[in-house]
Amino acid sequence: MIKSKILEELIDRWLTKVGTLVAIFITFRGHNAPGGGFAGGLILGAVFVLQYLAGQQPTIRRKPILNPERLLGLGLLLALVTTATPLFVGGAPLESYIWSITLPQIGKVKIVSSTFFDFGVFFVVVAVVLMVLTFLGTRGGAISHEPTDGAG
Amino acid sequence: MSSLVALPILIPLVAAALMLVVRNLFAQRAISFVALLSSLATATAVLVDVWNTGDIAVSRLGGWPGSFAITLVSDGLSSVLVVVALVVTTTVLLFAVGQQTPDEHSPYYHPVYMALVAGISQAFLAGDLFNLFVAFEVLLMASYVLLTLEGNRAQIRSGTTYVVLNIIESVVLVMAVGLIFAATGTVSFAELPERIAALPDGVRMGLHLLLLVAFGIKAAVFPLFSWLPDSYPTAPSSASAVFAGLLTKVGVYCLIRVQTLLFPGELSNVVMIVGVSTMAIGVLGAISQHDMKRILSFHIISQIGYMVFGLGIGGAVAIAATIFYLIHHIPVKTSLFLVEGIIERNTGSSSLDDVSGLARKSPLLAVLFLIPAMSLAGFPPLSGFLAKFALVRGGLSAEQYIGVGVAIVVSLLTLVSMVKIWVGAFWGEVAPTSLINSVGVLRQHRSMATATAILVGFTLVIAVAAGPLYEFASRASDQLLNIERYISAVRSAS
Amino acid sequence: MSIWAFTLIAVLFAVGSYLLMERSLTRVALGVGVIGNGVNVLIIASGSDAGEAPIIGREGVLADPLPQALVLTAIVIGFALLTFLMTLAWRNWTITGNDEVEDDVEDRMITRRAEQTAKLGDEPHPEDVQT
Repeated sequence: MIKSKILEELIDRWLTKVGTLVAIFITFRGHNAPGGGFAGGLILGAVFVLQYLAGQQPTIRRKPILNPERLLGLGLLLALVTTATPLFVGGAPLESYIWSITLPQIGKVKIVSSTFFDFGVFFVVVAVVLMVLTFLGTRGGAISHEPTDGAG
Repeated sequence: MSSLVALPILIPLVAAALMLVVRNLFAQRAISFVALLSSLATATAVLVDVWNTGDIAVSRLGGWPGSFAITLVSDGLSSVLVVVALVVTTTVLLFAVGQQTPDEHSPYYHPVYMALVAGISQAFLAGDLFNLFVAFEVLLMASYVLLTLEGNRAQIRSGTTYVVLNIIESVVLVMAVGLIFAATGTVSFAELPERIAALPDGVRMGLHLLLLVAFGIKAAVFPLFSWLPDSYPTAPSSASAVFAGLLTKVGVYCLIRVQTLLFPGELSNVVMIVGVSTMAIGVLGAISQHDMKRILSFHIISQIGYMVFGLGIGGAVAIAATIFYLIHHIPVKTSLFLVEGIIERNTGSSSLDDVSGLARKSPLLAVLFLIPAMSLAGFPPLSGFLAKFALVRGGLSAEQYIGVGVAIVVSLLTLVSMVKIWVGAFWGEVAPTSLINSVGVLRQHRSMATATAILVGFTLVIAVAAGPLYEFASRASDQLLNIERYISAVRSAS
Repeated sequence: MSIWAFTLIAVLFAVGSYLLMERSLTRVALGVGVIGNGVNVLIIASGSDAGEAPIIGREGVLADPLPQALVLTAIVIGFALLTFLMTLAWRNWTITGNDEVEDDVEDRMITRRAEQTAKLGDEPHPEDVQT
């Protein structure tokens, strides 16, 4: 654990916020430029690792994320639903659709269905990093098994 | 039809994701069964279509044209294997639910099991080498978790060997994929045959050997099998039943693809010698063992040898026999492990020293063991006899007398070790030390018994329907040997 | 493929293979990571020449996207494998106090013999007398 107060402050005040923004930016950027859900998820994961090293529980808005498994499931579900949806409208699995809409003030916005897949991947990666941190980083409080020799 | 091809992969994955959110055990069980049965329904629909029309169903992920898309290809062999795999995994899940063991009660068991099913289906349906690699990783990762879910000392120890050995296999496989891509510029099964044929001999042989080693480790053939008898016996019975029935067979399936599609007819002597030695060494290992799970584990190796031998002979007859052998072997082997699981659940041991007199205690259990055991040894009129007979006929027509001789001797030795289990566990007086209650063994574990009975019934169905099934196997083998057909089916798919 | 890429791949494979031979699971995990990187470099290096990101509208030499997609997948898989191995090592450590792979391959036989010895009472097992 990092003992220095300054580093802790720095990580908490600045790196967390900037890192989260960068992660989201990279995720959105993924459609037409290098980036995407996996890279964005890893960046957010790295932020959580930094927080962990600074001696804090990984947090978003001061609320500890209690259940990374559920986040993993939701992310996977989002990605898979995006994969399977085109089947119901006569397309191939994973086929990508593009909608263009015009929002007031902002202007023309293109929504690509594969973005949802990307966000699913994003959540999966973040959840996996969080699971690694909670299971391997907390002396196994999360794993309830006791050694049961000879049960196999 | 082609839109259904991807569903046996997608449905289990969606179920796995759902079960990470829904962590109630009963809900998880319900989701698992719904997912497995609906996958089975779609896979059966594809199989019926492929069976009737003789076509190859192709699904392109992403709807991209040409070789850009990830293709899923369901020809005769793939579609029948997916159906068999789903039947086996469904019954084993029924068994696992009835087993009431701590690993099934873990909130991770069901999601991981679904991931295993998805990986197996994907491996059978993959239309390119890299997709195949990914499928392997999915099913291996799931198998690592299932193998070590209880986390006790023995499981961690044997799990470590299993994991490290399989990682080495993965490294060899991904290296082979990378080098094949470097040499040919593609990983698609539809484009590889032409481009591989154009390569210089030395390069071709190197790539071929890399693939054979990678899939050989997975299939546990002769020099590369040592991980199997060490790791399977420590897994929970339900997990080892799926592993025994299906995982090595995925390796055999890949070997079939390599030998028929990518490198047709090359190095077939090597494959045949490997097959014959695998048969012999596996059965000799089985005879020297004294623990039911270990005997059965060695028999997996020996039986893999038969399939690899058939593949080495080559030609339509032998490959049809190999396919039939594959279809027959998966449920037979799995049901043997399930019977062993019931015995172990009841007596707390799988050693032949601790168990005896089961035939008197539970005649039905004895019958459930006897049918697949005799089938494994190749007793007429069971499915094993037909599979072995077809294989021997293929070997004789190719004048491979030594291999055929070994196959017959090995089948006798298989009988010997099955009789050993029979004499040790089922005959004799009821052991006073064993924990068998005075009530019927099967009545205590209804769903375990039902699952085993369903699977044994399935093997009997295979024996009864052997005629049409064998005809289908020979059509599938014609399809395998007709590479042009595969290529044009993938290219013309919309 | 340049000679430097070759050298890098060779070094990574050599280091990774050496680490895989170790008894300590942590080192095996490190070996898996290193050898995985070797494979990834191999795929990238053997894929094609470097170039611009392959996106419609870009000018000049474009890199081949397929090896990069393959490597991305391989990296993800390697990440998962590494995590699992670490968990295994950690679990091993909580049970045995170290992270070394144990050497009791034939533990079942040994337990069986021990049980037989126990049944025989105080007499040593016949196989023990011979040795």
